[in-house]
Amino acid sequence: MDYFNLMTICAFLHLLVSIPHAYSNYVETKAGQFFSSGHTNNWAVLVCTSRFWFNYRHVANTLSVYRSVKRLGIPDSHIVLMLADDMACNYRNPKPATVFSHKNMELNVYGDDVEVDYRGYEVTVENFLRVLTGRLPPSTPRSKRLLSDDRSNILIYLTGHGGNGFLKFQDSEEISNMELADAFEQMWQKRRYNELLFIIDTCQGASMYERFYSPNLMALASSQVGEDSLSHQPDLAIGVHLMDKYTFYLLEFLEEVHPASQANMNDLFKVCPQSQCVSTPGHRTDLFQRDPGSVLITDFFGSVRKVEITKDTINLTSPVEPSVHKSGSGDIQIESLTYVDQLPVSEIIHQKPKQKDWHPPDGFILGLWTLILLVFFKTYGIKHLKHIF
Amino acid sequence: MAALQLEKQRGRYAALAIAAVVIVVGIPLWWKTTETYRAWLPFSDISELDTLQLQLSVDIEVVFSRGTLTPEQQKKVPLSHVSEKEHKIDAKTGLRYKYETRYRTATVMEEDALNQQTAAEADLSLHMLSESSCGSVVVYVIPESSTLLPEDVKVYVGQRRTALLRSPPFKSSWSLKEVLSSLDVKVEQVVSTMSFNHEDIVAALSDRVRMTKVTKESMADSMRAIKSSPGYEITFSLLNPDPKSHSLHWDIEGAVKSYIQPLLNKLAPIANFSVDSQILYYAVLGVNPRFDNSVSAYTLNADSLSHVINPVEARLGSNAASSNPVLNFLLYVPDAHHSPLFIRDHSKREVPSNAFHSPRWGGIMVYNVNEMYGPEAEHPVDIHINMAKVMGVFLAQLRLMLGVQHTHPPPGFVLQSPGSAGLADWELDRLLWSRSVENIATASTTITSLAQLLDQIGNIVINDNIAQQVSSAVTSLQSAVAELEAGNLAFALQYSREAILASERAFFDPSLLHLLYFPDDQKFAIYIPLFLPMCVPIVLSLLKIVSEAKKRRADKQAKND
Repeated sequence: MDYFNLMTICAFLHLLVSIPHAYSNYVETKAGQFFSSGHTNNWAVLVCTSRFWFNYRHVANTLSVYRSVKRLGIPDSHIVLMLADDMACNYRNPKPATVFSHKNMELNVYGDDVEVDYRGYEVTVENFLRVLTGRLPPSTPRSKRLLSDDRSNILIYLTGHGGNGFLKFQDSEEISNMELADAFEQMWQKRRYNELLFIIDTCQGASMYERFYSPNLMALASSQVGEDSLSHQPDLAIGVHLMDKYTFYLLEFLEEVHPASQANMNDLFKVCPQSQCVSTPGHRTDLFQRDPGSVLITDFFGSVRKVEITKDTINLTSPVEPSVHKSGSGDIQIESLTYVDQLPVSEIIHQKPKQKDWHPPDGFILGLWTLILLVFFKTYGIKHLKHIF
Repeated sequence: MAALQLEKQRGRYAALAIAAVVIVVGIPLWWKTTETYRAWLPFSDISELDTLQLQLSVDIEVVFSRGTLTPEQQKKVPLSHVSEKEHKIDAKTGLRYKYETRYRTATVMEEDALNQQTAAEADLSLHMLSESSCGSVVVYVIPESSTLLPEDVKVYVGQRRTALLRSPPFKSSWSLKEVLSSLDVKVEQVVSTMSFNHEDIVAALSDRVRMTKVTKESMADSMRAIKSSPGYEITFSLLNPDPKSHSLHWDIEGAVKSYIQPLLNKLAPIANFSVDSQILYYAVLGVNPRFDNSVSAYTLNADSLSHVINPVEARLGSNAASSNPVLNFLLYVPDAHHSPLFIRDHSKREVPSNAFHSPRWGGIMVYNVNEMYGPEAEHPVDIHINMAKVMGVFLAQLRLMLGVQHTHPPPGFVLQSPGSAGLADWELDRLLWSRSVENIATASTTITSLAQLLDQIGNIVINDNIAQQVSSAVTSLQSAVAELEAGNLAFALQYSREAILASERAFFDPSLLHLLYFPDDQKFAIYIPLFLPMCVPIVLSLLKIVSEAKKRRADKQAKND
């Protein structure tokens, strides 16, 4: 009996001693984990490619991912948000300045501080590829650029209408999976990303990531080739479907993620199984170097900064030279400010017409000449025509 | 009959003439007008650049002061010696380090300078005598028993490019060669501290060579320093969450001019810097500090620091006009209810600087002002911030951000602090070595991948300005590699900067967007409606002519038989 008590007491004491040691080890490993992913900043490119009122759900999809990404810490300066149409201020919106994602108008994902970088007709395949590859004209402002470096993790989210091997932009053009794969390869060549997570919520979405060949890419899609992605719930007051199924369940999953959570990619792959989504979500991880189980959700959706304590300082001894203030009411020289002409009228009036390149004649001219030739043959000798035809 | 024959003849000639015009004039015209303009690019030079063989040369001067060598040994000096080391990084990249060492005895003036009281003064007076060129290292060997350096200190590295080395013991009967070989080890240690070392150069090549196994320290180092860029923006922000209690005054202009500007002037060959500052009111940290009874102060522990930056970053502005990377330095003065606020590190110890930094982003310092006023002071209290203390921390963080690495010298080394200049000359040299290698590596990968891209995709238009940028990038790269080989570090850096600017401009030119992905069936769909109606009558008429000619020949044969 005594021996037993002694044993338990010894074990208890041992446990007490080892707990703080284990805790410090845990803190150390957590600190070490900070550098295992190899990234120092996060970017997000969120694109909605469809216009028209009945595609309300695509804008709501994109805005709800935008909300989650902002909540988890990525600042607006690191998010490129492209919305192809304005649903919040659409004429047919019964509740202007709102975009709802849950029926009965439960959650307004538009809010007061949405920063849309590319809007309306600016969302084109060309602009999207320019943002990804960085080939923007020099006058593009900072908020419209993807200024990532070789230690950036980028999240790319596309939604809209798609098909086998393409995604439709604005009902007038398409981006093919080959173009997307080439764009990612160019990003890799220039080391514009450390790791990239590609999520697409369209019909036959898995076809868009089939052709990727650059390293460090992980892709998720809402449906396989041959399947359609379905929308979730309509709201009877607004009159359209509010969200797509896959993004709805993705949003529910992300609502439980907070900046310090340890949820990993394997949990993300389980979002929206076929029983809920009707389509089968797919994912691709063969190009990714780390094991998906060790990749945190916040590696892509959040922006957990790595910090180090500043240990050394520099001893500065010489006193600060105060900047000389020109005080004195006598003659205060204020630098006269000049502003650039907003509308350089004189330049516009006097500019010479631009040199246009010569183009060969188009269809109308060809048709006209054909008509002239036929008329010539008819009047001057159908017999000439007989030898040819 | 004859008229019919004539008609047929004329018809035949007409058909043949039209076919001739189409083939001789039409097809070349169509080809010429639909080809894309591709200016000539130096593809052969670019493929040569794919394999990079870099040679880095360092000039080392070893000066023996009086009393270190016996007259016997001294006779053989002056002497020079070259040693080379080769490293193969991967199949396409190789490095060669060339150390050119010159040995000589000290001049009278240098002897006078070495007779000073302390090492710092000696260093200063040595610097007055001669200016050593960028990238070189001068080592003064002083007698073993000299009192210039304290007892346990073997090497003193000064603010410029000189070091004082206490001579290792050797016998007077040794020949000069033995003396030099025993000295070589020490000199090598000094050179690897003051000039480049292998790990830094390999880390600088990370654009070309993705290292698979790296130590945690070297990865942390490579992640901390910001990538080479033509310009940087530095923003100093003062965060005042409680303007009702504290009315803060900081003389940022004067502080920047006194402390930061000298460092930036010294770093001018590397990049352009622009500095601005702002004051943010009612800006709070995103985390709640906890009150610690043992020190009766509020504390922020290291784990919560990573969540501090994001809410603040949303409030910081940035210059919309440029795309340069931004380094933010924030000074946070805690509000009156949460003062004083201390930062604790991972092992719960106090941090003397009360500051932390985030790699490639910037730094935050917490400045407590609760000691500057008593409880009876009238709010808001006028507070003048001690800029020297603040800038000391920011300067240290700025150095880390810009890539001035911590040097871990071997034991027995003393590194003189750079003081108000901000950066010692040899630290600048280290930075120049790694930056020029990084620029060369990045520019070469950019140019080779651009050439590959343009080669693969035949549809991209290559304008003249792109061709010109590429050519100038190639020539600058070749000059940079040549200057590195010759040992002219300043010129090498300048050429490497030009190379990287030109290559980036060429790679990111907006006209290079390949949007023209035409599958073959789309090409057919475009051309068939245009050319088929025209070609069918021509081909049919030619066939008719040929069949008629055959028939006539058969008839003639039959008639002859």
